[in-house]
Amino acid sequence: MLKKPHYIILVLVFLLVIVFLKLPGETMGRVKLAVSGLFLPLFGLTGSLHELSGQGQESLMTKGQLARQNEDLRRENEDLKLRLQQDAAIWSENARLRGQIAWQRQTSWNVKLGRVIARDPANWWRSLQIDLGARDGIKPYEPVLTPEGLVGRIQFVGQTRSQVILLGNPDLRVAAAVQGGGETGVINSTSSSPQENNMIDLDYLSGNSAVRPGQVVVTSGEGGVFPANIPIGKVVDSRSMEYGLSTEARVRLSADMGALQEVWVMAP
Amino acid sequence: MNWLHSILILAVAYAAVFFEAWFDGFRNVLGTQIDFLPALMVYAGLTHGLFTIGLAAVCGGLWFDSLSANPLGVSMLPLLLIGLAAQQGREWVASDHFPARFCMGAAASALQPLLVLFILLNIGQPPILGWKSLWQWVLMTLGGGLFTPVCFALFTRFHKALDYQPVSQTSFRPDREIKRGRV
Repeated sequence: MLKKPHYIILVLVFLLVIVFLKLPGETMGRVKLAVSGLFLPLFGLTGSLHELSGQGQESLMTKGQLARQNEDLRRENEDLKLRLQQDAAIWSENARLRGQIAWQRQTSWNVKLGRVIARDPANWWRSLQIDLGARDGIKPYEPVLTPEGLVGRIQFVGQTRSQVILLGNPDLRVAAAVQGGGETGVINSTSSSPQENNMIDLDYLSGNSAVRPGQVVVTSGEGGVFPANIPIGKVVDSRSMEYGLSTEARVRLSADMGALQEVWVMAP
Repeated sequence: MNWLHSILILAVAYAAVFFEAWFDGFRNVLGTQIDFLPALMVYAGLTHGLFTIGLAAVCGGLWFDSLSANPLGVSMLPLLLIGLAAQQGREWVASDHFPARFCMGAAASALQPLLVLFILLNIGQPPILGWKSLWQWVLMTLGGGLFTPVCFALFTRFHKALDYQPVSQTSFRPDREIKRGRV
């Protein structure tokens, strides 16, 4: 049977849980990042080991391999420079035309590269922590992506780390559009399975929607959090919901959520 | 109270939570992450006092939730209940045997996610669940069960290395020494 000290400790922990659960969202985020700051030495250690292993791999490469890699990178660099020049011309033309019709100027986005330092230890959420924080100019709600497409958004920001919630997490909804058809919907928490972390649901498509497997899904820009036209994924299949009032499509994400090592944070 | 034992349990909880957040192997191969904290709470419950159980539950739960998207604190109460249940069963569980340790660890690892889920559903924060969550739950149960005997073995080694060993009485007595040779 439980004795008096057992009851005392149960009540104390229960009260502590209540206090934590009643914290406002932002305060809870700060407390979380402060507590997880205890793991910083270990994160730093693993980061250093990762870098060391990378350096070790580079030192094992032959001179021929390095020369070939250098040549490939030089070509890619030239190609990108050329594209940048073309884009700059298009950008200035776009700005001039917008000015002529007195339309709102588009803001350019800066991107910052962050390394994934921890994943959610619980199986039923999709989140991770990156090594960018307020010190690097990161703010909550900024989009997080990889070269393949959108990954999620910043949830909490600490001084040196941030928590990112990934697509498919119940807390994250993204206004999305299907390219080619003009259909718009909302990316929601997945209904398939927590294991299939590359699948998400696109809800609230119109009842007579004609989305087809293979169509590309991008951000629609509505809501103001995510800029328009960031790739999200491709439609896998769709089904009619609520007696034909709406359609739900399953979308395979462009970014490989299981292999995220580095991500980009978009800051306006 | 031996503070070293409590600190050791906290250190293992700290390392376990970090490992769960950092290591992707189980996630990539099995599709689930094994939680080591319930097994640790079984160990704490079977071998330590109330203070250590409470401390391990509060710190372990807090650390786990800080790295997760769980609302802060939801893991604490389930871990404490597991520790207290193990402590209550201390008298009648043959905790020296592998099957007993495995069964207790498996039961704790099965119960802990259910209790956390119960709290999450009651505070209106339903997580991502599907039919394959059952598969994850089974693997977590087995993984936690297997880790419990490992946990006991690990702490036995720690204690051997760090505790004062009892001085064994030598059987040599000078008054009973047999003098050999001619007197």
